Amino acid sequence: MSSTAAETIAPLSGDNRPFAFRQFSPETLKTALRQMYLIRRFEEGAEESYMRGLIHGTMHLSIGQEASAVGSCLALSDTDQITSTHRGHGHCIAKGAEVGRMFAEFFGKETGYCRGRGGSMHIADVTKGNLGANGIVGGGLPIAVGAALSMKMQKRKDVVVCFFGDGANNEGAFHESLNMAAIWKLPVIFVCENNKYGMSVSTERSTAVANIAERAVAYAMPGVTVDGNSISAVAEAVHVATKRARAGEGPSLVECKTYRHRGHSKSDRNRYRTKEEIAEWVAKDPIGRFETELKDYGILDEAGIAAIRDSVETEIANGIEFAKASPMPDPSEATRYVYSD
Amino acid sequence: MSEAKTAGRELSYAQAIQEAIAIAMERDERVFLMGEDVGVYGGAFQVTGDLVHRFGDDRIIDTPIAELGGAGVAVGAALTGMRPIYEFQFSDFATLAMEQIVNQAAKLRFMLGGAVSVPLVMRFPAGSGTGAAAQHSQSLEAWLGHVPGLKVLQPATPYDAKGMLLAAIEDPDPVMIYEHKILYKMKGEVPEGHYTVPIGKALVRREGPDATVVASSIMVHKALDAAEKLAEEGIDLEVVDLRSVRPMDRETIIRSVMKTGRLVCVYEGVKTLGVGAEISAMVAESEAFDYLDAPILRLGGAEAPIPYNPELEKAVVPQVPDIIAAVRQLVRKER
Repeated sequence: MSSTAAETIAPLSGDNRPFAFRQFSPETLKTALRQMYLIRRFEEGAEESYMRGLIHGTMHLSIGQEASAVGSCLALSDTDQITSTHRGHGHCIAKGAEVGRMFAEFFGKETGYCRGRGGSMHIADVTKGNLGANGIVGGGLPIAVGAALSMKMQKRKDVVVCFFGDGANNEGAFHESLNMAAIWKLPVIFVCENNKYGMSVSTERSTAVANIAERAVAYAMPGVTVDGNSISAVAEAVHVATKRARAGEGPSLVECKTYRHRGHSKSDRNRYRTKEEIAEWVAKDPIGRFETELKDYGILDEAGIAAIRDSVETEIANGIEFAKASPMPDPSEATRYVYSD
Repeated sequence: MSEAKTAGRELSYAQAIQEAIAIAMERDERVFLMGEDVGVYGGAFQVTGDLVHRFGDDRIIDTPIAELGGAGVAVGAALTGMRPIYEFQFSDFATLAMEQIVNQAAKLRFMLGGAVSVPLVMRFPAGSGTGAAAQHSQSLEAWLGHVPGLKVLQPATPYDAKGMLLAAIEDPDPVMIYEHKILYKMKGEVPEGHYTVPIGKALVRREGPDATVVASSIMVHKALDAAEKLAEEGIDLEVVDLRSVRPMDRETIIRSVMKTGRLVCVYEGVKTLGVGAEISAMVAESEAFDYLDAPILRLGGAEAPIPYNPELEKAVVPQVPDIIAAVRQLVRKER
C-alpha cells in the first residue's frame, strides 16, 4: 500500500466476505465471472485465429489480467468513459463490447468496431464509453484527463477510468496528466495494470519507486496498490476512487499488480523471465480465484460455472463465425474517414 | 458568410483573433480556450487579453507548462463533446506535443472507422523577426501539413485571422492555425460580428499577367511589396495568398500559373521539403506544366536555424529584394 491510503470500506457487522461480495448482487458477480471468461476465451480465440492466418499484424493478449479489467469496470455505467491501452481487449469487453464485432475488427472486416481500419490496437466502442485502445504507450492518459474535463464542464456525474500499464508510468504524459487532473480536481481514476514488464524491461529496472502508486504522493492524490488478480480488491479500490471522483474531490491512482501469461506481443520469445516465474503467476490466475470465492460464498456451484462457460463458448464461436462471414472493406474506400464527410 | 458589416473598422491581427474567440464562446458554450498564460497574463502575445475576465477561468484555462499533456487534454475534451481551442505559447513548443497531434488528434477518426470526430483547434504563433532566436522562431507548418487528418491554415491578414478561426472552430476536424508573430500588430479591415473564411481556398491578392507568386503568411505582404516595386519597371505580378497548407487549393494555383506561365513560391519555412516543394511539384504534375515559360523557383528559409543577430535573422528568410530578384530572373530570361 502506498503512503496515501485510500478510504477503506468497513465490513457490515458480521460480514467478513470480500468487498465485491458485500457490494454487488449475486447476479452482478455472476456476470463479472462471465465477463472474465469471455475475455479469456476471446484472447484464446484471437490467438488461435492468428495462428490460422485469419488475423495479420500483431496483438497484445491480456490473459491473466482479467480481474483488473472487469473489477475496474464493475460499477461503471455506459456513460462513464474509459481510455484503454495496446493490451486493451479485456477493457473493451469489460465495458460491454460485443465479441463478434471485435473479432470482425481483428479480421479486418467492415463490420468491425473500426470498420477494419483500426485493428487490435485501436479497438473502441464509443457507444459504451470506451474511447479506445491506443498504440502509443501513455497516449491515453492526457486524453482521459481531457474527457474528465469534459465531464466536469458539462456538469455530468460521469467519471473516466484511465487504464495504462507499468511502462507508461515513466512517460512524461503520465506525470503531466496526473498533475493536471489533480490541480483541476477532475473525475478520473488512473488504473495502472502493473504486469511487471514494459515489453522486456522489469519495473525494478525501469522505475525508481517500488510501487507505482507511490507516485500519487507527488500529485497530491490518493494512491493505492492492490492485488490485481483479486477482482474484489480491484473493485474495492476503484469503487472508493470512483466515489471520490463523482463527489468532485478529484482523481486517484490505483495500481493493480498482475501478470500477463503470454508474451508482450507475437514476437516475444520470453527471454527476460523464467518459466518458474510464469508458473508461479499462472497458479495465481484471477479466474480460478474468483470461481473458488463464488463457490465458497454459495453464489455458484460447479453446474452453474459449467453453464456460464458453455454460454461463453457459444458466444465466442458465434462471434468468430460472424467475423468470418462479414465483408471486407472496399479498397476504393481506403482513404475514407480521414476527415468528416 | 453571415451578415458581416464591412464598414472600414480596423483591428490588429491579434485583436481579430481575440474577437473570433469571443464570438465563438458567446455562440457556443462548448467552446473554451486553454494554454500557457492565457488567463490574467493575456497570452504571451496578448491574443487572449482580457477574455478571462469576460468568460471566467473555467473557460479561459491557464495550463501548467506541459504541452504534451495540454494538447492531449484538448484532444480528450474534443472527443467527448467540447470544442477546445489550444494555444501554444510559441509554435516551437508544439514539438513537445507531436505525439498527441500526429498520433491521436489526426488519426482518431480514421482509426475508429469514423465513429468519432475531433473538433479541435490549435493555434501556433510562429515565424522569425522577433529576435527570439532558434527555438522561438520556427515555421514548421510543413511538418503538420504532411499529416492526413489535420487541416493546416496560415492566415495573412486580420480579416482572414478572424474568419479562418471561426471556420476552424466550427469545423468537425482538427485544424491547426499558424499565426505569424510579426503579423499580430498589423492592422486591417475586420467586419464586426460573425463571418467565416472557407478552409482550403487560396486567394488572388493581386492580379497580373507576368508571373505568379504563391506566398504564405507574412510572405504575402512581402510579395505584395515586391509587386508594387516591380510594377515600376513594367513587371505585373499576380500574388496568390496560399492561406491553407492542407488542404491545398490546387485549382486557384494552377489557374494562375496557366495564366502567367511563371511561378515563384515564397515561404518562410526551410526551403528544402517545405510548402513550396509541394506547390512546385503539384504544378509540375499538372496541366499547367505545358504553360510554363520558365523553371519554377522557390524562395524559402535558409538551411539553418533562425539566428539571434537581427541582420543574420533577416538573411535567413526571404526578403522583398529577394523576391524582386527572383522575379526579374524569371521574366528577363524570356524577354
